[in-house]
Amino acid sequence: MSLLSETFLLLRKDLLLELRRRDSLLTMFFFGTLLLFVFHFSFDLPPDKVAEMTPALLWLAFLFTGTLGLAQLFNAERENHCLDALLLSPLDRGALFLAKTSFNLILMVLVEIVVIPLFWILFNLNSWNLLPQLFLVTFLGTVGFCVLGTIMAAITLKARARELLLPLILFPLMIPIILATIRCMENVLRTGELGDALPWLRLLLGFDVIFLTLGVLIFDWVIES
Amino acid sequence: MAQAAKPIRKSRGVLGALALTAIAIGLYWGLVIAPPDAYQGEVQRIMYLHLPSILTAYLSYFLVFVGSGMYLWKREKRDDILAHSAAEIGVLFTALTIIAGSIWGRPTWGVWWTWDARLTLTAILLLIYTGYLMLRSLIEDESRAASAAAVLGIIGFLDIPLIHMSVYWWRTLHQPPSILQPNKPPWENVHPSMLTALAISFAGFLLLYFYLLSLRYRLGEMREKIKARRLERGV
Repeated sequence: MSLLSETFLLLRKDLLLELRRRDSLLTMFFFGTLLLFVFHFSFDLPPDKVAEMTPALLWLAFLFTGTLGLAQLFNAERENHCLDALLLSPLDRGALFLAKTSFNLILMVLVEIVVIPLFWILFNLNSWNLLPQLFLVTFLGTVGFCVLGTIMAAITLKARARELLLPLILFPLMIPIILATIRCMENVLRTGELGDALPWLRLLLGFDVIFLTLGVLIFDWVIES
Repeated sequence: MAQAAKPIRKSRGVLGALALTAIAIGLYWGLVIAPPDAYQGEVQRIMYLHLPSILTAYLSYFLVFVGSGMYLWKREKRDDILAHSAAEIGVLFTALTIIAGSIWGRPTWGVWWTWDARLTLTAILLLIYTGYLMLRSLIEDESRAASAAAVLGIIGFLDIPLIHMSVYWWRTLHQPPSILQPNKPPWENVHPSMLTALAISFAGFLLLYFYLLSLRYRLGEMREKIKARRLERGV
């Protein structure tokens, strides 16, 4: 079996499980929406200030909901030694990495598709025409988050207090993604196009490619029975 | 084995003595012989500690990267001990750099901390490698902790250029080149005895670094031996 078909098989398993239980997706949805309310109450922004704060607030929401998803990413495998069984099967570990990454990516993108328009409604923003560009930037940032997040979730799998440890080691590494997405979105919101933010977009793309490749290569060592 | 350990211990002692001497000479040169800075005055002398300590910290993180890579490749315990030791000392030197920098920044810039690119990068390094040490301490299984830490040691090091780029752009796209002055060739605007003091200090810090590293490495080895003995006796 090729890497891609193995990935697809594993991803299908995860999606099927999620469709039956809806643990992660529902909690992430709810948490993301909840954060928007919390932000609204804690900042109580005047309308002209909202656009300035939008990228930062949105990304804070995505970081927190994403971490919530990552913490549950290997839950199904932790039960009943499923991980050992999975590792015993003749699968490429790279496929496991790709499947887990894309699974978390799908969850996060679904959450973002709801949370971003909701943000525009709740904060009375008018710039609906900029959403496609903002989605593109958010997507690239989310890929980077999921790639690195999956690796970090895997190495903290057997740690004590792993839910607490995960953001501690993940967030400092995520700084290029956080800065790049927020600067890109700021630029789009201010000027209506990516324009000056192109170097940032390249940085995002570079980050995604570097760590995606690295993940496929080293996941063998990351996850061990 | 005790006979073999003796010369090593002796050479370690020599290394420590050399480090102490070089740092003492460097301090004397920096504090007494070198002239005070034309603009910053006496407080600039902190540089003789600040610069060597950040350079040794970077050396440390490079050694963490090398040790981590070697461990994943060869699975030898000594590479893991090297990476762990280097990370601990690296965190120590990064923290020292930030503390010394703050003490210098307060009279020079008027603030203890500012979000300059270089400062931010150093703070992020401290966070990453503190996370590395926490990861190690929170995983019970030794070999699992070693490979998890090795993965983080590699990823963390590869992330440094990206973080470096992003914080520099963040600062330059936002505000004009800030408080830290652009580097001119050192021989044009730096007094030669300042450079000498800096060089001696740097040599001293390097020696001190390798002295500490060898001590910490020995400690890791001894822990392994004790564990092996316990296993033998079935305790």
